[in-house]
Amino acid sequence: MKRRLVVGVAAGVALALGLSACGGGTSSSNNQGGSSGNANAPAFNAAVGKVFNPSDKKGGTMKFAISSDWDSTDPGDTYYGLSWNLVRLYTRALTMFKVVPGTGSQELVGDLAEGLGESSNGGKTWTYKLRQGLKFEDGTPITAKDVEYAVSRSLEKGTLVNGPFYFNDFLDLKGYKGPYSSKGQDNPAIDTPDDHTIVFKLKKAYGSFDYFAMLPSTAPVPQGKDTGVKYKEHPVSSGPYMFQSYSAGKAFTLVRNPNWDQATDPNRKALPDQYDVTIGANADDIDNQLIAGSYQVDLAGTGVQPAALSRVLGDPNLKARADNPGSARLWYTAINPEVAPLNNIECRKAVMFAADKTLYQQAYGGPLAGGEIASNLLPPIIPGHQKLSVYPPGQDNKGDVAAAKDALQKCGQPSGFSTNLSYRAERPKEKATAEALQQSLGRVGIKLTLKAFPTGDYLALYAGKPSYANGNKLGLMVYGWAADWNDGFGFLSQIIDSRTIRASGGNSNLSVHVPEVDKMIDQAVAETDADKRNQQWSAIDKRVMEEAVVLPGVWAKSVTLRGTQATNVFVNEAFGQYDYMAMGLQ
Amino acid sequence: MSEDHSFLDVRDLRIHFRTDDGLVRSVDGLSFRLERGRTLGIVGESGSGKSVTSLGILGLHNKRNAQVSGEIWLEGAELVNSPPEAVRKLRGRKMAMIFQDPLSAMHPYYTVGKQIIEAYRVHNNVSKAVARKHAIDMLGRVGIPQPARRVDDYPHQFSGGMRQRAMIAMALSCDPELLIADEPTTALDVTVQAQILDLMRTLQHEFNSALIIITHDLGVVAELSDEVLVMYGGRCVEFGPATTVFDRPEHPYTWGLLGSMPRLDRGVTDRLLPIAGTPPSMINLPSGCHFHPRCAYEPRTGGLGRTVPPELNRAGGGSHLVRCHLPSDERQRIWSQEVKPKLEAQ
Amino acid sequence: MLTFIIRRLIGAVLTLLVVSMITFGIFYLIPRWAGGSAESLATRYVGRTANPEQVQAAVKALGLDQPIYLQYWNWVKSIFAGADFNTGTSIEHCPAPCLGYSFIGRNPVWPDLLDRLPVTTSLAFGAAIIWLISGVAIGVLSALRRGSFFDRAAMGVALGGVSLPIFWTGIICLVIFSYGLGWTAPGGAYTPIEQNPGLWAYDLILPWITLALLFSAAYARLTRAGMLETMGEDFIRTARAKGLEEHTVVTRHGLRAALTPIVTIFGLDVGLLLGGAILTESTFSLPGLGKYAIDGIVANDMPKVMGVTLLAAFFVVIANLIVDLLYAVIDPRVRLG
Repeated sequence: MKRRLVVGVAAGVALALGLSACGGGTSSSNNQGGSSGNANAPAFNAAVGKVFNPSDKKGGTMKFAISSDWDSTDPGDTYYGLSWNLVRLYTRALTMFKVVPGTGSQELVGDLAEGLGESSNGGKTWTYKLRQGLKFEDGTPITAKDVEYAVSRSLEKGTLVNGPFYFNDFLDLKGYKGPYSSKGQDNPAIDTPDDHTIVFKLKKAYGSFDYFAMLPSTAPVPQGKDTGVKYKEHPVSSGPYMFQSYSAGKAFTLVRNPNWDQATDPNRKALPDQYDVTIGANADDIDNQLIAGSYQVDLAGTGVQPAALSRVLGDPNLKARADNPGSARLWYTAINPEVAPLNNIECRKAVMFAADKTLYQQAYGGPLAGGEIASNLLPPIIPGHQKLSVYPPGQDNKGDVAAAKDALQKCGQPSGFSTNLSYRAERPKEKATAEALQQSLGRVGIKLTLKAFPTGDYLALYAGKPSYANGNKLGLMVYGWAADWNDGFGFLSQIIDSRTIRASGGNSNLSVHVPEVDKMIDQAVAETDADKRNQQWSAIDKRVMEEAVVLPGVWAKSVTLRGTQATNVFVNEAFGQYDYMAMGLQ
Repeated sequence: MSEDHSFLDVRDLRIHFRTDDGLVRSVDGLSFRLERGRTLGIVGESGSGKSVTSLGILGLHNKRNAQVSGEIWLEGAELVNSPPEAVRKLRGRKMAMIFQDPLSAMHPYYTVGKQIIEAYRVHNNVSKAVARKHAIDMLGRVGIPQPARRVDDYPHQFSGGMRQRAMIAMALSCDPELLIADEPTTALDVTVQAQILDLMRTLQHEFNSALIIITHDLGVVAELSDEVLVMYGGRCVEFGPATTVFDRPEHPYTWGLLGSMPRLDRGVTDRLLPIAGTPPSMINLPSGCHFHPRCAYEPRTGGLGRTVPPELNRAGGGSHLVRCHLPSDERQRIWSQEVKPKLEAQ
Repeated sequence: MLTFIIRRLIGAVLTLLVVSMITFGIFYLIPRWAGGSAESLATRYVGRTANPEQVQAAVKALGLDQPIYLQYWNWVKSIFAGADFNTGTSIEHCPAPCLGYSFIGRNPVWPDLLDRLPVTTSLAFGAAIIWLISGVAIGVLSALRRGSFFDRAAMGVALGGVSLPIFWTGIICLVIFSYGLGWTAPGGAYTPIEQNPGLWAYDLILPWITLALLFSAAYARLTRAGMLETMGEDFIRTARAKGLEEHTVVTRHGLRAALTPIVTIFGLDVGLLLGGAILTESTFSLPGLGKYAIDGIVANDMPKVMGVTLLAAFFVVIANLIVDLLYAVIDPRVRLG
């Protein structure tokens, strides 16, 4: 009986494995019919730098899905790139990135505003003029006061906890806390001389305020309809679509906003009739449904799961539906100068020289699914990016052992040294990175003890808390960072400005405290000329690299799939994702 | 198909079980007859094949592991080679069985009344109300007080003796002509035992049924039986009228049984006379006479006991049969001169 | 009987209290033992780049700086008396049983639980009926045909069904039956029963079968073992001796007795499942209590997890009670007290 049982089970398992192989074959063969007969023949990367399947056809229900929820659908309370991408369907900010593929999207254009802002007062005052004929979803006109209210309420970080801090930090608020905490008071930093004009007054000069104006926090909110924390259940639409239904953490549906006037909106085509967004779906199932055609986009925009990746890359039909966009994200390892012997720059240089970057890239999934080997901080998609060569790890990126050993000599540790490396336990790619570094640095005698920490507390209690990181000798800390928007400030400000470091923990800047860099940041912030500014940020990049406190790993890329029925698909480089607002249906 | 049939006629019944260890010959050539109104007591130790025989008569053996051969004639119908469906229709109606432990033999989840009703309605197409009345009747007839109330009680709510009465009521509910009682009093107190035996005797007279009592208790046999059949190793070793078998037994095994019976009229300090040895393995039965390894008189058979299986031969007189190589007069002599004095001297 | 029920209900309340205390303790104590303070904990519930004032505000808003007993007491109080919550523009009052406000989403937990309960209930009961019927049927047949090819095959498949992980079988089944053959609904599809019963069943048929596969295997084996034991009982022999037909003996006498432990285990299994069939819901993207629990745990959102835990414990306790009562009904020998 036992023997037969074992045979039976073995047969069953074999059958099941065979079925899984069959399952793959069945779905891919279903796709052959769908992709032929298009104006654009599908090809790998057909949506990067150009529009795949351009169309003006209106109609249909667009189905989006995502496996884990983002912070909020309230435009004043959100900080996820995908949310800033999606929010343009139901809100309009003062400015927006140009809705085109390629580098054109680096340019900001007016959305609610007729054009970009006018600066005066040496960059401390910014004025915007709103377009005519703007209406909310209920027909009431949108005025500058609604934009002022939106920005004011977004200051209330005690209630709307998720959004960015730029307005809190830069506006000259004079103690004003927001409409909830400073009830009845007027916001001294924002003036609305008439219904179509809004003026922002800053504490200190900021040359690229148009980026702040792009933030969803500037999307107008009618004060009478503000419900605070509950506003996300039905944000009042200023865009082409409005909420029909909302179920927290589960799904929501957007339908056409009858009071949106195409004539006031040159940036949006508004092709589908309806958007169905499913939240919390199983990640592998999303990929399977993407392949089968029931979902058109995975909103996360970080690429297909490992299970589907090999299928996509291995099947020519599926690969032709895939794109490999880069995003403004760097995976890197901080080198902590507070932990001996890394307080000596030569020891830090040794780490930079010895690291095998090809292994780093492999850990994140290789050149396609992981990204490009990073030689410095600013990702390629950021204007002003240059490929630098500071303490390079050899020509082949596999590590320069000789240079490393030389540096070790100079810092007085000729046979190497020991230190700890931290990474986030729930991220297998970071674990693989840790092991890769352990291996490559071990070649020159740098012995790493790997320590895993829970993701939720990584910044709050461990790597991001100076007393813990230094006290527990975390010499190397694996981390990653994505830009708030694609410019030097949007990418670098949080991770290299030493003045953002707090003793209480929660820091994103894990290792950079260089006073010279702080000064250079202030300079770049005040600069109004874009080109000059970009050069300054590049110089800051170089200076940080020279300090050898950051070991750049990979500029992230992902392998994403286009839906079978999606038209007008292209990667909006401002988000590093498909432009969710521009797509239509066949 | 023979003309001269008794009410129950068992001929050369063999019931063998196929097991992984071998063929178990539980019943190996058993024959007897029984008339209505008469009681047969079947005696023997555990494993001798008594219960297997009774189950075999009722056709309750699983065809998959039991080989039943021989003939069982019940009022002119042969049962061994009948289709199972035909035998099923006779069970409960023409022949019924009372089991040893009424608590485990009755379903714990159904009331006694329901189980009797079920037994009645499987063979009689009547309404539930009629069947219920009949059940109350039966409970009354077996001597259960307040039967109309107790009919809705569960088996576990009865005392041991009352439970056995209820079981008897269930078995008799369809007026069976053959009743087999398998160790009916073994699980009961001695005082209750007497009541049950009394009840069975009364009911037998009332229904004029043939009764087979299977037991290892010679006292019970003595009480009720008209005839006694002693089983050993799956075969009958002694058969005869109860008085004859008890007064003038002629098989060494029977002598042993009588000797190992505790009796009140014997001295308390005196030792019992157990039968030497252990019951035989039913797979590997001893050669020749199955009893020979335990028989004190085997040497007197001159080696026959070890090699040749004895046949049933006449004993003293009448219908008394014994399966032994020793000649009958030799056996009688041993009884009267060697064994009996020893028993009485205790 | 009545005193029994009352005593058990009191015991149930105590059990729920203890469960809630332990869960709360875990949430409160473990991060603090790892060296966390109220501030560092609050950073989890604020945005990506929060300044110290905002963190402090969160600490105050969530009550993270209060001692453990006070935090717990507030939570318990909210269950009976409701709680007030400042949405920014107004004060919202959530009526009893208010199980708190989610730390992450700041929306009340109880309406979420109610919203997701039908999904989990639909999944649990549908699968339960399927596995009970199929498991018992296969178990009975296996027991009756013990040693036959059917028996060995059925037990072999049962072993497979119990061993295969549901997150794998689920995805494979979706790929084959939903996306490949188009016979069943895709992942995430759910229609409430009051909207369209036919569609409701169609959406759930694949999750039902996948989940039932797991359990029916166990139930088949259990029933088989129970039947084998029961069919060897004396009362079965008596039933046959009465002349009953074999199918009556098997069902009315055999199965009836063998089913008792199965029914009790069934009640407990369903009770547990109502707390959230986590793996099945995740695999099939069903927005039920299990998914809600996972979301809460991953985000360290204490009120969510407390809410689901309490609800799940409630179901288990009630299931236990029902099963005990049922046992007394089924088996007359059992006395309650």
